[in-house]
Amino acid sequence: MNEGKTCEPFWWGLFSAGGVVAAIFIPIHILITGMAVPLGWLAESSAVYQHAWVKLYLFVLVSLPLFHWAHRFYFTLKDMGLKVIDKPLAFLCYGSAVVGTIIAAWLLLRV
Amino acid sequence: MTSTRPEKSQLYYPKMPANWWLRKRNYLLFMLRELSSVFIALFLAVFLVQIYRLGEGAEYYAAYMRTFSSPGWILFHLVALAFALLHSVTWFQSSAVVLQLRLGEQEVPRSVVMGLHLVVWLVASVVILWIFIVY
Amino acid sequence: MSDEKITLKVTRYRPGRDPAPTAQSYTIPYRNDWVVLDALNYIKDEVDGTLSYRWSCRMGVCGSCGMMVNNEPKLTCAAFLRDYYPREIRVEPLANFPIIRDLIIDMTDFMDKLRSVKPWIIRESEKPVSQGEYLQTPAQLAAYKQFTQCINCVLCYAACPVYGIEPEFLGPAAIALGHRYNMDSRDQGNDERQAVLGSHNGIWQCTFVGECTEVCPKHVDPAAAIQRTKVETTKNWFKSVLLPWGQR
Repeated sequence: MNEGKTCEPFWWGLFSAGGVVAAIFIPIHILITGMAVPLGWLAESSAVYQHAWVKLYLFVLVSLPLFHWAHRFYFTLKDMGLKVIDKPLAFLCYGSAVVGTIIAAWLLLRV
Repeated sequence: MTSTRPEKSQLYYPKMPANWWLRKRNYLLFMLRELSSVFIALFLAVFLVQIYRLGEGAEYYAAYMRTFSSPGWILFHLVALAFALLHSVTWFQSSAVVLQLRLGEQEVPRSVVMGLHLVVWLVASVVILWIFIVY
Repeated sequence: MSDEKITLKVTRYRPGRDPAPTAQSYTIPYRNDWVVLDALNYIKDEVDGTLSYRWSCRMGVCGSCGMMVNNEPKLTCAAFLRDYYPREIRVEPLANFPIIRDLIIDMTDFMDKLRSVKPWIIRESEKPVSQGEYLQTPAQLAAYKQFTQCINCVLCYAACPVYGIEPEFLGPAAIALGHRYNMDSRDQGNDERQAVLGSHNGIWQCTFVGECTEVCPKHVDPAAAIQRTKVETTKNWFKSVLLPWGQR
């Protein structure tokens, strides 16, 4: 089995997991934190962010969809004709997701 | 019978136009679906700034949330929400294609699988709403 | 017979003479029970005998007559003139393939790719005839039957933008046929196909545009075959990485 040679299943697996998390949980968070709370329709409790489980959930909520974006955006740019800078593109996209994940972890631990 | 491969030098190789995705409705919808991930990532970046503000203290967080009431930010979140919904719907449709649920001998129709996804989505959304607002 | 007419604008390309394909218009009688193939045959028989194109069964089972009709990959034996009349119909060779002449494309690349997925039953050892047939339950048949319907018309390749951008891509039909044999209970060749299917230009180039499934005249659903293969390959990969001791 030479699957170690191509790491594509790994990135696709992350992309898939991120897609599921994003599909189920992102819309409601946009609604809450982007619209309902600022517009005063709902009062958000900022105390909820102190809980360890909530922090873990938020870490997953940010990290996996970032990897979903990275994989999808990388392939979209290729589909739009940017094949020539293939390797740098992959590094930038997946790298951004890694950076975002680290930042998310650090920020959540700070709260 | 000898191989009758065509004379390569006389073949005409058509070029794929750079704007291929603008030429057909389904291709455009595909591209919009793919670009939905960009808006999700942008929202996550904004969300991370929120978390940062939370870490700075309750007053900074409250002040930050107030800036989101501006028309510009509301518009951003509306657009992001639209794209997030596009992602959700197309993702559930794709899942229904891939998943093969069986009830005994029968395969569950894709529309039912899609419906089940929507139910899970609704329940999850209500739970999150409850946790972040009510609790 | 009425005097109604319809115009077909057809691609012409003469290898070695034309630098690039051009379009030639033919105005012919319109009959509402004709398909585009009938119109092409009328043109060749009555108007311009030099027009070249492929066709055979004229009933949607041989896969020979695939062409672009108003920018959509179609079997011309299944595209009715009445769905386009009275407007002009643009007939071009299938997209994403090199053109040999007029409406005829070079399918060599597809044939090579099809061969590469080993579209036949692979077994470690054949059962001798004396032991009888391989038995299959209806459920086992249902697992792969849909993917057996492929007539190799390559409309899916014409519809796939990834194949247009990246000609190395294995493509919908080849992957769907690999999947057909992987899902066949008589077959034991999954590992042998994995090197090709799981390669960079195999399933992983696909971005699930889904247009292949939209245009398939036999409802094979190659997009589903590809995504399911991705899921299986990914599951096996994670298993082999996380539980290496479980391997043979």
